[in-house]
Amino acid sequence: MRRVTHTRLYSQTPGRFLPRPGRAAAGASVFCPAVPGLLDRRLIFVTGKGGVGKSTVATALGLLAARAGLRTIVVELSSQERVQRTFEHQAELFREVELAPRLFTISVDPQHSMEEYLRIRIGPLGHALGSSKLFQAFAMATPGMRELLSIGKIWELAQLQRKTRGAAPYDLVIVDAPATGHGVGILRTPRTFAEIARVGPIANQGRDIAATIADPSFTAVVAVALPEEMPVNETLSLRDALDREGLTLQRVVMNAVYPARFSDDQVAELNGALERSESSLARAAVRAAVSEHLRAETQREQIGRLRDGLGGSVVVELPFVFADHIGIPELERLADELELGLAEPDPAGEVLI
Amino acid sequence: MSVADLLAGKRVCVCGGSGGVGKTTTSAAIALGMAAQGAKVAVVTIDPAKRLANALGLEELENEPRRVEPERLAPAGLELKGELWAMMLDPKRTFDDLIERLAPTPERAHEILENRVYRELSTAVSGSQEFTAIAKLYDLDHDGDFDLLVLDTPPSRNALDFLDAPGRLTSFLEGRALKAFLRPTGFGMRVIGRPVGVVLGGLRKITGVDLLADLSTFFGLLGSMTEDFSRRAAQVERMLKSDSTAFLLISSAQSEAIDEAIWFRRTLEQGELPFAGVVVNRVHHDILGDADADDVDSELTGLLPDQLAGRVAENFRDYHVLARRDEQNIARLEPELDGRPLLLVPHFDDDVHDVVGLLRIHRYLFASEAERAQMIADVVA
Repeated sequence: MRRVTHTRLYSQTPGRFLPRPGRAAAGASVFCPAVPGLLDRRLIFVTGKGGVGKSTVATALGLLAARAGLRTIVVELSSQERVQRTFEHQAELFREVELAPRLFTISVDPQHSMEEYLRIRIGPLGHALGSSKLFQAFAMATPGMRELLSIGKIWELAQLQRKTRGAAPYDLVIVDAPATGHGVGILRTPRTFAEIARVGPIANQGRDIAATIADPSFTAVVAVALPEEMPVNETLSLRDALDREGLTLQRVVMNAVYPARFSDDQVAELNGALERSESSLARAAVRAAVSEHLRAETQREQIGRLRDGLGGSVVVELPFVFADHIGIPELERLADELELGLAEPDPAGEVLI
Repeated sequence: MSVADLLAGKRVCVCGGSGGVGKTTTSAAIALGMAAQGAKVAVVTIDPAKRLANALGLEELENEPRRVEPERLAPAGLELKGELWAMMLDPKRTFDDLIERLAPTPERAHEILENRVYRELSTAVSGSQEFTAIAKLYDLDHDGDFDLLVLDTPPSRNALDFLDAPGRLTSFLEGRALKAFLRPTGFGMRVIGRPVGVVLGGLRKITGVDLLADLSTFFGLLGSMTEDFSRRAAQVERMLKSDSTAFLLISSAQSEAIDEAIWFRRTLEQGELPFAGVVVNRVHHDILGDADADDVDSELTGLLPDQLAGRVAENFRDYHVLARRDEQNIARLEPELDGRPLLLVPHFDDDVHDVVGLLRIHRYLFASEAERAQMIADVVA
């Protein structure tokens, strides 16, 4: 089946956009031009269990896309401005900020989105409403309204014709989505509202947004996981939850995978050395090596379990970063790794990048 | 200072912190430890992931605690003097329960439960978990069947919502907004005056009349219950602020988690909520001591073949980066604690997700300071 690829700003050729730096014509997409890869979507939701490194992966993916020539924005929903802090940028709220060439970020806040929406939608009356305490109380206390407003803003960012005055469109919007339980919630909210409201602007917009999210050539969902029991469980149940919503989990990024430094034979040798050695420093170092081997082994089991559970090779691995924090050099390296991992075609012959 | 000392005389322990720091396991280990010492304890998790279930053999979401059979714990060598109960909160059922209890008549309850807005909102929307969790905690405390309740909260940004939820809902329900909402047309519109008329006009324009009518019916049905809601909210707030409640922060030693813990600590202070201490999981303890990282290479020479020795040294340096990172992060957290205890649990060699793993964390949390230092020294040496 040939899927429609959405219009790009910088190239009109479906399935093949700007030549990527350093990869030239060797890009795998040359061989299957009709199949869009991950970065050919316009909207990517990056979700996963808390603490698995969603922000890091979303930002590295954004960096990769920007390097590939796409005007990209990474959207944060938690008001933590993590992306800006990683780039050592003075935090600015609710504004589209350029962090690196073609790489933008914004922190989306429901209340601010509502004011913006009202201004655009119903002009001066909207402005008055937005600043009305009473109206705010109404809107914010209506369960689900916050999610709807946030996703409405994300949708707006992903439009070729931006509603925000003077705003330029993006090739790619990457959302650092809330932890999985809430993540599915936010993807489902527009449909929920469309069903409740039936008619009127909210229903219409809810339906528009829901259709956009359900269109796999427009929207992709990427889960981030750690190679541990609970995150793997949660990733599998996320896949099921998405299935129930008629959505597909496109990729899983397995984050923080330990290097396989030691073979089993070597570990036997290490254990022997542990018996022999008198040096406490040497023993500590050898013990740390054995520990890491055990952790790496546990990780391999979990990665295997995830791959089996997903029933296909849609897992991309990222290495554990031994650093005191994730800064720009670490992100650059993760972007390289993502590029390599996504470039491998999966069994269905689909090019991932 | 052990967790047992921290929780002496407490009836409610709320565990907060960011995602992925072992909060659920730690909550369960705390409940287990207190039950081992003779208390009747219930641990409540409101996380949608079924994590506690895996550890404690709970198969499904429920809205009443269920006793964990002592036989589950016996193979791991732990005998409980008290009782351990656990539940994975079912937000929908808890919400329904609440409506049934607060509705003036069974017919009214039925009408609300059947209302389309209610049905969508009580299941589809994320805020409902926070709201129902707190409702459940309050009920369990009120019933008084347990000596101690341990609550595992959702990640901290949501946990703030969760602390806010009762207040937000009630101030909405009892406020002017509701009264205006109940009479969107006719007589009501004329008497409530222009500002509200504008608001409702605007709402109608945006939401569509149907949504307004449905919401109006919904809030109309809830209307008579608003007093009960706000009374409950006030009681919940009293419970959370009382001396018999302890807020325990759970963190890992990673920068983001420590940032969250500091943020959470300050939020508790602003909200005048009783803060008891911090548990930091997955700490990479310094195994270098006073030695120099480069000394490792020479110490390994002769002990191992060159290539293997090189990898061991490289691994050691990588580990040491993490140990130093953890040390710096913990040093950043410490001044925020006003002398409240900081309990460190090491990074174990494997993943903790069964009863044995639970007991391993439990041993650290319930050890005296001296015992804990010894255990860490044993791991490190």
